[in-house]
Amino acid sequence: MKAVVSVIGKDSVGIIAKVSSGCAEFGANILDISQTVLAEYFTMIMIVDIDNLSISFNAFVDRMAEYGKAAGLDINVMHEDIFNSMHRI
Amino acid sequence: MFDTRDIIETISMIREECLDIRTITMGISLYDCRSDDCNTLCTRIYDRIMSSAADLVKIGEDIEKKYGIPIINKRVSVTPIALMAGGLDPDGAVKIAKVLDRAAGELGINFIGGFSALVQKGCSNGSRAVISAIPQALAETQRVCSSVNVASTKAGINMDAVAEMGRIIRRTADLTADRSAIGCAKLVVFANVPEDNPFMAGAFHGIGEPERVINVGVSGPGVVASAIRRQGNCNLTEVAETIKRTAFKITRVGQLVAREASERLGVPFGIVDLSLAPTPAVGDSVAYILESMGLEKCGCHGTTAALAMLNDAVKKGGVMASSHVGGLSGAFIPVSEDAGMIEAARCGALTLEKLEAMTAVCSVGLDMIAIPGDTPAEVISGIIADEISIGVVNTKTTAVRLIPAGKVGDMVSFGGLLGEAPVIPVSKYSPAEFIARGGRIPAPLQSLKN
Repeated sequence: MKAVVSVIGKDSVGIIAKVSSGCAEFGANILDISQTVLAEYFTMIMIVDIDNLSISFNAFVDRMAEYGKAAGLDINVMHEDIFNSMHRI
Repeated sequence: MFDTRDIIETISMIREECLDIRTITMGISLYDCRSDDCNTLCTRIYDRIMSSAADLVKIGEDIEKKYGIPIINKRVSVTPIALMAGGLDPDGAVKIAKVLDRAAGELGINFIGGFSALVQKGCSNGSRAVISAIPQALAETQRVCSSVNVASTKAGINMDAVAEMGRIIRRTADLTADRSAIGCAKLVVFANVPEDNPFMAGAFHGIGEPERVINVGVSGPGVVASAIRRQGNCNLTEVAETIKRTAFKITRVGQLVAREASERLGVPFGIVDLSLAPTPAVGDSVAYILESMGLEKCGCHGTTAALAMLNDAVKKGGVMASSHVGGLSGAFIPVSEDAGMIEAARCGALTLEKLEAMTAVCSVGLDMIAIPGDTPAEVISGIIADEISIGVVNTKTTAVRLIPAGKVGDMVSFGGLLGEAPVIPVSKYSPAEFIARGGRIPAPLQSLKN
């Protein structure tokens, strides 16, 4: 199963490195990364494999949000099914 | 893999356009709790609710976290208490209301629905006990919601019940006058009430429902308004298409959440209610959708047409997205719960008469409308009779939730999702003699429509 990690924050050096190391810590394998800068806000969308998480998915959601807060970023993790439901028939 | 635009669309729907799941409501049958003894009945009802819905809030919160979408309310609806209260007097019915309130508080849910009676053809003893108990029950509880079905297309209108409900609303307002008549915000009078509605205050667990059931109400007026605005200058065919597409996406999330809640709780999935339910938050308003179509203010001429199109397009988009659709399913227009409606009522663009016309083409009815605190019971009954007859003749659900409080022009505040409403005027001419006649208005002819 996959999850979508979205990262929004002021653009700064090393954002991808920070978020990637968070994913690595909890065993989320990064499958795809895309990024864009909207106004002065950095927006990164990361697709991660969550089959081998070292913690529960909900704990991963919490830990990444905390991780983001510490780094001044808004990090949201959402299960892929919400996107599948909305955008695929 | 996912399209980045789709991902960003979903995220901005949730973060900026107030997309949420409005409610996961667990319906619970109380038939097993029957007893002639009031205390035994109360204990059994309490135990039944607590054991059935123990995990509702926790599982709701887990799903919320998994999908990153807020689930605003977790609620419970029960078998209409009138069906359980045959041997009780009104004091006994008030006791049951208090038990429901205690159970709701301990479960951590914000409302419990089902202090209800179905009296479209006449009143049973249980219905009479519950209806008489409504004012005290609503004044002395926090979370209990009450509804009374006074009419149906098949049965016609029980005008004795309509007259009685005018008095009950009056008394409820008086008993909670120190709290902006909040009791009336938890009381709905229906025609053609749906038995699987997850939304309060009208939810109850219908007669033909299983032991337990999960019904989900979606929301998302902000998402629809933004989609129309993004569409820019286009004709109404394209606006309708945009609404349909958006409603589809919103409802798919509702279906996802309903399926997951049903699996995790081990309770059958009932329906998704396709309603567009506003909140007082700016950007979460049905009135703003209508205004985004080009109306200067909600309530101006053209509003009924815009609302009719909105309501129809929401259903068309939503029906394909869910395996079972039910409840109220349509656009809600509760005045106090919708920032755009509040503003429109305050500036005089939206009147009671226009609201009545609007309810002929959308979900529910005259909802969360503040009327003068000194409105006589028979005028309230007259308003109910008018609104209910729109439902009966058009084979649709209509309802009335009026709050008599303050003077014309005052703002009456109820707090939280219930919002605030300007008091709007009612006709100063009296229907007292008509209402006092009582009896039943016969069921309308449903053929020979020319």
